[in-house]
Amino acid sequence: MFNTALSWSDLAFLAQGAGMTLAVTAVSVAAGTVLGILFGVIRFQVGPYWAAPLTFVLDVFRSVPLLIQLVLGNALQAIMKLGWAPFTTSCVVLSLYTAAYCTEIVRGGIDSVPTNTRRAARSLGMSWFQDMRYIVAPLAVRVSLPSWIGLTLGVMKDSALVLWLGLIELLRASQILVTRLQEPLFILLICGAIYFIISLPIARLGGYLEKRWSPND
Amino acid sequence: MFNYTFHWNQALKALPQMLDGALVTLQIALLSMIIGMAIAIALTLFRLSGNRLLGGFATAWVEVARNTPALFQIYMAHFGLGNFGIHLSPFVALLVGIAFNNAGYLAENFRGALKAIPETQTRAGRSLGMTSLQAFRLIVMPQMLRVAFLPATNQMVWAILMTSLGVTVGMNTDLAGVTQELNARSFRTFEFFAIAAVIYYVIAKAVTLAARVFAARMFRY
Repeated sequence: MFNTALSWSDLAFLAQGAGMTLAVTAVSVAAGTVLGILFGVIRFQVGPYWAAPLTFVLDVFRSVPLLIQLVLGNALQAIMKLGWAPFTTSCVVLSLYTAAYCTEIVRGGIDSVPTNTRRAARSLGMSWFQDMRYIVAPLAVRVSLPSWIGLTLGVMKDSALVLWLGLIELLRASQILVTRLQEPLFILLICGAIYFIISLPIARLGGYLEKRWSPND
Repeated sequence: MFNYTFHWNQALKALPQMLDGALVTLQIALLSMIIGMAIAIALTLFRLSGNRLLGGFATAWVEVARNTPALFQIYMAHFGLGNFGIHLSPFVALLVGIAFNNAGYLAENFRGALKAIPETQTRAGRSLGMTSLQAFRLIVMPQMLRVAFLPATNQMVWAILMTSLGVTVGMNTDLAGVTQELNARSFRTFEFFAIAAVIYYVIAKAVTLAARVFAARMFRY
């Protein structure tokens, strides 16, 4: 009644694609978070006036489609004769894209720490770094973590676009199988299920943390 | 470092074509937003109805829309529906994909907005003799749309950015599609896409600004 030409090796191919999706996501989120924390602290520290150039650049990353950014990034590395592999280019562009969003999250987190708390820390003789490390970081993480998880999921989904640069990730892998087996609906459903299985538990965790950690609850 | 000559002139000559593409982009985004908004309101009603089946349907829609890539949804509309003998043109497939995505995200926004509206208002409406649909339409919905307006603006910007994905299913009339076609003819990738990026940026900012002005006019008291 239901038969398909899909074999186990095809499923392994899909799993390999999913692995690529996860690899791109992991690298970009890790690099993007580090950059985001750096930019977020800078933005908060120097004030809106001096941070305006940085704010503008990061805003561009959020207002231009990721697909266009990827194409531009690839063209730029070709023009500069860097000879990057598609994987490197994708990770660099996605990292900057992540960093742009992460900066906002970090800034919001730091903003949420009451000034008086920080003044108290400084009055106790803590240095700026100690204040950041022992007072601001623990409080800001609580506020920022749910949205950071949301961002991670967003990047995981957006990483599907790297197929445009020729990287074989989950969606591209299923597209290849569709071309070969001519069973679009079935294979795309499997592909969607894999995305769903990866992201739903993390989304649930984010929702749980949000409920658990939200103040005055 | 740069052993490359930029040919901006060639790209600037194509600007009128690209601006036409930008209009198509805006059109798709706007249409998808209107359709998405209508579906999202229906989904919100389903969730409120207390009917197991309808509520489950709405939840499933929202979860699928939010937990799979937008590109996947567009592929589903373009390639997946072919299994049922429904062959959509790239334009319609793109529209369906983005509208599906918008509906999911907007329904979630509405749910958040509903929390801000006290339950007692519905009850007050009901005790004035309104049917539950009337109470929703006349009392809850206007307030809900107001609270959800700013998140909806963000969704509109997202919709504009998402239209660029149409190029992957062979769309060649929107901004990304036109740019890709010009690029395929001349191989001036960087120049053309840089101009496209600027146009996208301007559109996104203009929409945000317009929404802010609109909100300031509409929502003052």
